[in-house]
Parts: sequence; structure tokens; C-alpha cells
Amino acid sequence: MTTYRDAIRTALQTLLREDPRVFFMGEDVGRYGGPYAVSKGLLEEFGEDRVRDTPLCESTFVGAGIGAAIGGMRPIVEVMTVNFSLLALDQVVNNAAVMRHMSGGQFEVPLVVRMATGGGKQIAAQHSHSLENWYAHVPGIKVLAPATVQDAHDMLIAALEDPDPVVIFEHQMLYGVDGPLDTDATPPSPWKAAIRRPGTDVTVIAYGGSVPKALTAAEELEKEGVSAEVIDLRSLRPLDRDAIIGSVSRTHRAVLIDEAWKTGSLASEISAILAEDAFYELDAPIARVCTLEVPIPYAKHLEEAAIPQVDRIVEAAKRTVSGG
Amino acid sequence: MPSLGADMTAGTLAKWCVAVGDTVSQGDIIAEVETDKGLIEVEVFDAGVVEKLLVPEGEKVPVGTALAEIGTGTGSATAAVTAAVTAAVTATVPATVPAAGPVPASVPGSIISAGASEVDLGGPMASPAVRRRAHELDVALDGVRGSGDHGRITLDDVRGVAETSAAPVALSDRVRISPYARRIAIGRGVDIAEVRGTGPGGAIQASDVLGAKVQAPSRPATPAERMQRAIAVAMTRANDEIPHYYVEQSVDMGNALAWLRETNASLSVSERLVSGVLVLRAVARALRKHKKLNATWQGAEAVPCEEIHVGLAVSLRGGGLVAPALRNTDEGSLSELMARMTDLVARARAGTLRSSEMTSATITLTSLGERGVESVTPIIFPPQVAIVGCGATAERPWVVDGQVVARPVMRVTLGADHRVSNGHQGARFLSALDRLLQEPEKL
Amino acid sequence: MTLDISRDHALELLRDMIRIRRFEEKSAELYSKQKIRGFLHLYIGEEAVGVGAMHALREDDNIVATYREHGQALVRGIPAGEIMAEMYGKANGCSGGRGGSMHLFSAKRRFYGGHAIVGGGLPIAVGLALADKMKGEPRVTACFFGDGATDEGEFHESLNLAALWKLPVLFLCENNEYAMGTALHRHVSDRDIANNPPAYGVPADSVNGMDVIAVERAVHNEAELVRETSKPRFLELKTYRFRAHSMYDAELYRSKEEVEERKKQDPIDVFQARVLNDGMVTQTDIDAIEADAAKEIAAAVDFAEQGEWEPVEDITRHTYARDLS
Repeated sequence: MTTYRDAIRTALQTLLREDPRVFFMGEDVGRYGGPYAVSKGLLEEFGEDRVRDTPLCESTFVGAGIGAAIGGMRPIVEVMTVNFSLLALDQVVNNAAVMRHMSGGQFEVPLVVRMATGGGKQIAAQHSHSLENWYAHVPGIKVLAPATVQDAHDMLIAALEDPDPVVIFEHQMLYGVDGPLDTDATPPSPWKAAIRRPGTDVTVIAYGGSVPKALTAAEELEKEGVSAEVIDLRSLRPLDRDAIIGSVSRTHRAVLIDEAWKTGSLASEISAILAEDAFYELDAPIARVCTLEVPIPYAKHLEEAAIPQVDRIVEAAKRTVSGG
Repeated sequence: MPSLGADMTAGTLAKWCVAVGDTVSQGDIIAEVETDKGLIEVEVFDAGVVEKLLVPEGEKVPVGTALAEIGTGTGSATAAVTAAVTAAVTATVPATVPAAGPVPASVPGSIISAGASEVDLGGPMASPAVRRRAHELDVALDGVRGSGDHGRITLDDVRGVAETSAAPVALSDRVRISPYARRIAIGRGVDIAEVRGTGPGGAIQASDVLGAKVQAPSRPATPAERMQRAIAVAMTRANDEIPHYYVEQSVDMGNALAWLRETNASLSVSERLVSGVLVLRAVARALRKHKKLNATWQGAEAVPCEEIHVGLAVSLRGGGLVAPALRNTDEGSLSELMARMTDLVARARAGTLRSSEMTSATITLTSLGERGVESVTPIIFPPQVAIVGCGATAERPWVVDGQVVARPVMRVTLGADHRVSNGHQGARFLSALDRLLQEPEKL
Repeated sequence: MTLDISRDHALELLRDMIRIRRFEEKSAELYSKQKIRGFLHLYIGEEAVGVGAMHALREDDNIVATYREHGQALVRGIPAGEIMAEMYGKANGCSGGRGGSMHLFSAKRRFYGGHAIVGGGLPIAVGLALADKMKGEPRVTACFFGDGATDEGEFHESLNLAALWKLPVLFLCENNEYAMGTALHRHVSDRDIANNPPAYGVPADSVNGMDVIAVERAVHNEAELVRETSKPRFLELKTYRFRAHSMYDAELYRSKEEVEERKKQDPIDVFQARVLNDGMVTQTDIDAIEADAAKEIAAAVDFAEQGEWEPVEDITRHTYARDLS
């Protein structure tokens, strides 16, 4: 068994060893070993040229990553958390996403940006957001959300191979999670959703840190005679429409889990996809389980109440199935 | 009026900085224009002499309007420049240019001009709220006079129309059913009115439909029953929707029958003409000058038909009724029309009509003379807008040159759609029909 | 003072400044006629900066520019027709009609774009220099930006990062005294912009940006020092724009007298007078330059007019390497 954190480190090591164009930079990724201890030991192995501690200037070091990618390097940039990434949003949205298009295809940006996301550790309103939807909104970039140890490894490698800018969201509650890792297996396409648990009565769609919660909910639902199918979106842009529509066309019911605020969330987007392309498959109204419309509170009981939990998922699924 | 910014659609000519007769060169400021952003100087891109100022100070004009004419100053060039102005303005303001699209036409350098026009989207101006209210109250916005700015229709306008018109249409009782359940109900032939919903608010879900009894398939309708149903639908619609009016005229058929006897004397039995074909042709020829009756009703207006295809009502054994069309009934020889009519009636009775014949009639002729009735008051076949009915031709007292004599007389009735024509027009049509039947040799 | 440059070089510099001026005048005309749409920022008045700098840099150096970049692009060698076609939005434009006036690009000429987010190009330049440094390429990345960009955090971050990592970036600040319509003294606390970079360990200097010879020399010296030391340097080019910020504005923020006064330093007039005075160049030479420029621009307009519109079916091209759908 390997932890999610170690799986990412293994992938970083592989990439740094195999391709001299690859380098890794971000705040405290070197000496400190990474704010989530992902990159511990990498500075020692690869040196300061390829594992770079940056000043606290998200916009400029992400922009420098874009410039280096255009200039022929394969940078992997770590932004400590999604909330800090807002300071670099200009570079991602106004430069990385548009460079290929604006130059008529002359310049591409093979950049990987990694960041932690999500709540659950009582780190309050400025450090607990899920803003994956902000990035998934933008054409020109791709967005991945690994939910398993295997995906944490495979997706980083796939993202670096991709010629387009890819943003990877790692849920901070997952870093310590254990799971099997096979570094020799041929990984599935990172751009396709996965059925984590097949079922017949209701489709539960989740991504990132919500996937384990959806799986636990499915186990509880089974005890009550409800067979839930759990879909892990994996890629948030592009969204795997076929997988979403395919599953709901089998179960005719959909519960969408999203740790973002409900308004304008990816859950909203998936609802719209189902209303557009699976309307005649729906046997019950779509249900969304999202974060309540408040800044994430510090107090534990309030934080737990704010973000999606297993009981809310179970309740939503039961309501959808029974109509009650 | 030059484009002075990406968002500019019009500008006010605040001040002319040049006068007629002034010589200007490239880059000179010739005017000041007031825009949303403030006063902006307008430069000229050509050298020449100002020959005419086209827009007075203080006037607001759209981008693309020529502001001035600049020529060589000799006067002889003025005409050419003016022509160029006209050409350029015409060329640069095509109605179909999309608001943000590229402007394809080039602009001669000798004028200050360029631009696109505002696109008229058509239809009544009304806000979404007004449209929704109109829909709820079953008010057609096309007929509403707007009292708001620029004729915009307001909520009060809609309410006013709704109050003065008939009682509002009751909202239908919609069945609450999931989209998936509705789909499988249709697929399985389940009548959802019979299904009890167990979902929220009694909504029918797929499981409710799957547990429901499938409707027993009823005996398939016979062709005659199907036809009768179709007639019922068409006639009900005609009676409900079309404001009919009727005009009648008695026609002396003496000349027509005499001419027929004479003509038929030299023809073989199979080639002989019947009086019905004379009436058929006369109706068609009369329509040539009364085009309002030869039309179809399409949604909200009558669309005139270029060609005249008279439909002939044919009663079928077993009770059915069809009215197939004889295409271009006003053209060709009478004997040819006779042959086509005989063939059509035979095929109608044999059930071998072509679908085009069933749908292409532009007016219908129904004749019940054989049954001895004196007159017919027919109902229009939608979407046609007129129908002609003929009673029996029978000897009746008729005044000729002040003397009462017995003449063969036929009662002709025109039933027509009052939305399209009126009684006066209908009467003139019948007079024309009468005159045509008095000169059968010309038919 | 006598010029110690060759007649040929003097003609080259004059020719390029006149090319830019005439190109920009034609652009203004075509904008008024709605051939060119969107924002259009003209370089009139600032020609000496683009011409001097481009002649000082090497063909292999990287250029990152702003949205007011027609001048740099022209002198860098992007054909005038391709620039004009780009402003028309045609498929034969240098960015395929996807960029427009503010986003001219050329991979072949290492022209990494006009950038329209003020200050947004600076981190890109830092990254390009980082790539060169890591690969051991002896290249300088020249990054143009205006005085307004020095207000942005990215300016300060980029100076810091380039100095910290010893990256070969030449920061070229085109100070035209206005951040759009906000005068220098109203947007910076210290009007001497060259005072900023030394705080980050970046050597800084200033030069008269209306003097093409001075610009060329200064940029050449700075670029070669960057190349030698593999460390960033900063050069302020003091210049002035004669026209509105974008195509037309009401110019409420400066007086006509001010503009007229500054036009006395018109970089073309000044240089032309100088070389004529010296007898280095004759009026016949200038007439020939004007005639050539007119011909080049007429051909450019023709090229743009003849260009095709990209079919709407291809709209999603260049969003990703491969279409996602």
C-alpha cells in the first residue's frame, strides 16, 4: 500500500529522472519538502536547478512556468493551495489558456500546475475552498482531479505528456490516504470517468475528495436495499459526457456531489448536461449535494455541516429513489 | 461619421472646423464629434477641397453616414464624388450585415464614411414578462397596439386586450410524470391518465408505468371509418374556424345545354361532354379574375394560389366523400378536361387516387344535382377559402324579353371565407360564372 | 554633434521609423472605415524606441511585447501584409486572425506576442529566460512594457525573481508618461521609474526614447551586459505617444499644447533633420524611402484585402492540440 502523497512523489521522481526538460518549482517544495510533504527528498536527489523553491509570488512563478514551457521546458508548478492560486489566476486564464489560440497555433504551453484543494481540516475560510469549477470553466486548459492513489500517480504523468496546460487538483484530505499503486500497469485515459462501484437504482457522481464519501454512502445505501452506482469524474475538463449520460440512462436517477458551493458549480453543469441530453431518461428530479452557501467556518461541527458528508449523500439518494 | 471606438454606433457632429472651399490635407482635423466618451476630433485621410458639408452641427448620425464631400475644388469633380458617396453608402449598409461582423465592402477614400445599419429584428417589441403574460392570457402579441416607448407592448396593454376578448382559456390539467416514465408509457401504449403516481406530489414514475396494465388494442379502424374521422375533423375545424358567408344565383343553362346537344351530336358516345364539365370549366375560368377565392389560409393570412386546381367532390359507395383536384382546370380543351374528369371520378371510386390529387385543390366544386336537390350550402374544405355548390338543373319559369318561358335553371351557391373575401366579391364571381355559361362555345 | 554611424545604417533607421509611421497612419484610416476593429493602439511618436531596440537585439533573442507592438513586429521582420491581415482578422494574418492588433505572434522571429494584460508579459519573459538558462542558450529575452506596468505586482515580482535566479532578461520600460490616461505623477509614487529595479538588485538606466541612435546604443549595451553576466537589467526609454491611447479618445487627460510641444521632438523629424544637416542623407533618399513605404503598405493592404476569412467551422481550432470533442 502507498499513500496518495507518496504516489505523487513517485511520479515526480520518474518524470524528473526520465526527461531533462522537466523541472519542479513552487513555494517550499525544496528545503521544506513540500507543504504537504509531497516533494520530500527531491531537492537532495535532483538539485536546486530542477527543484526550485520560489519566492511567494504565485502570479510570477506560474507565469514563469508558462514562459519556460513555451521556451521548450516541461515545468511542473506547485501552487500550495487553490486559494493562493487566485493570485495566479491571471496567468492561467489570460496566458496559459489562450496562448495557443491567440498565436494561431504557433506557441503551445505544455505546463502542469498542481494544487491542493478542499476543506475538512479546520483551516477556515481562506484555506478550504473548492474552486475547481473556476478552472474547468476555461477553454484552453484541462483539469484533472485524482481521487485514488493510482490516479494521483498516473494523472501527473499523463498531464506532463499532454501538450496543453493541465491543472491538477489534489484534495488535501487525500494526501494521507492509503491505496494500491501499480507503477507498471498501463493507465486508463485520464480524460474518461470511471465507474468506482456499479449499481442499478441511482447514479452518484463525484470527483476528488468526494469520491470516498460517495463510496461510503453507496455501502450504506446497499444496506437499505438501494443499489447506487458511483461515478468518479476524474477529468473536470473535458467532462466525460458519455459516461455521465450512460450511467444515468441505466439508473434513471442522479445525485451529484460537489464540494464547491452549489451556485454555478460543476454539479450545476452536470445537471444541465443531464437536462439537455438525458431528459427522457430521468425518472426523478436531479439532486445536488454541495457545500452550503457560506464561507467555510472554522468550528469543526460547522465545517462538517457546511461541506458534503456521507449522511447527506445517503439522504439525497434515498429521496431520489423513493420519491419521499 | 467615422468609427471612433469599438463600441461607437453613432455620433453628434458638434462642430465643423472647416468650411466649404477650404483646402484640407491628410491628418487635418475637420470636425469635432460628441461621443459617449466625450468630444473627439475627426481627422481626414485625404487631401482636397471641402465641397459640401452634409451634416449640420448638432445633428446625431449613425456611423457610416457621409459627413462631407471632398473634391478637387474644380466643381467638375463634384458629381463624381457625390456618386461615390451614394455608392459607398449603399455598399456599406447592407441590411444583413451582422452587428459585429466584418464589413465587406470597400469605401472610397474621398469620403468620410463606413458603417453598418441597425438590424430590424421584426415582430412586436415586448419584454419576456409581457410575452409570458400574453401567453398565459392567450393574447396574440401581433394584434396588440403597444402604448410604451417606441410602440413597446406593456403588461397593461396585454391585460386590456385580455379583458375585452373572450373568456380566458382554462389551464389544462397536466399529469405529473417523470420524463422517463412518459417515454416508456408511450412506448408501451400505457394510458397515463389511468396510472396512479407514487412519486412526490403524486408524480408518476417509471415503476408506476411498468406496473400498469397495457391498454387493450382496439379493433383497427376500416378505411371508411378512417375517412369519416378525417372528414369529421376537417369539417369541424372549418365550421369552428372559418367565418362563412354565402351568395346564391340562378343560372339559365339553356344556352349551355343547347350547345352541348349540338356538339355531342357529332361525337362518339365515349367522347360526349356532360353539363358538369361546362360548370367545372366555368368555375375555373371565373376564378382567373377573382383570385381572392383561389387561395389557402396559412396560419394568419390567405396565400393566393398561382394555379387553379378545382377539387371535385365525389361521393363514394359506402358513404365516403373525397374531393380530388383536377390540376389547371382552366386550361386545355374541354374534351380533354372531360376525359380527365371521367378518369378522376373512376379512380376516386376505385380508391386509386394519388396523394397529390388529394391535397392540391385550391377550391372545391360540389354538385348534388343528380339527387334532385335545388341548392347546396356547402362547408369549405380547409385550408381552401371557397367552395361552389350546384343544385339540379330543372325547367323553371324564366322571364325572357318580358315573356315568362320555361328554361333549364341551375342554382349556384358560393360559400366563402369572410376573412379573405366579402359578399360583394362573391357576387361578382357568380355573375362572371353566369356570363361564362351563357357562351359555352368559348369554354 | 556628428553621427558616427554609416550612411547605410542611418538610412535603415530612418526607413524603419518611416515605415512604422506610415503603417500606423494607414491603420488609423482603416479603423475609421471599420476594416480594422476592436482596440487599436498606435505607435506614432514612439518609433525611435521600437526601431532602436530592434536594431540592437540579435535575431536569436526573444521578444515579448505589449498591445502597442506594431512597430516592434514590423522591424522584427513580420511582413507588413501579415500584420495588416491580422488586424483585418484574416486567416493569412500572423496569428491566423485569432489575435488581432494586440496579439501579433511569430515563432519564426521569436516574437512571443503582444500582451494585453498590463504587466502580464513580464513573468512570461522571466520563464523564457529561465528555459534558456537551464538549456545553456546564450540568449537575451527582451521584454517591453509601459510605465503603467510598473504599478503592477508582477513587475516587482518579476524583477525579484529574475534577479534571484540570475536570469537573462532585459526589461525595457517604454515610459510614455501615461498609463492609459493617468499621468505618471498620478500613478507612481516615485516618478523616476529607474529607481525601482536597483531595490531588487537589478541595474537600471534611462535613455531618451525619442533619439533612435541613443536608444540603439543603450539597448545594445544593456543586452550585451545581460548576455555576458546572465543577469537581468532594466532600461527606461523616455518617450511620448502623439495619438490617443487606443485609436481615438477625447484626450481629457492632457492638453493640446502639451502634445504640440512634445511633437517638436518627433523622433522622425529630429533624426531626419539631423542626417540631412550632416549631408549623410539627401532629400532624394527620403523621397525614395517614402515611396518604398507607400508601396509596402499598399501591398500590405492588398494582401489583407485578398486574405480569406477562416471558415466558422474551424472556430475551435487552436484551443487544444487536439480537438476535445
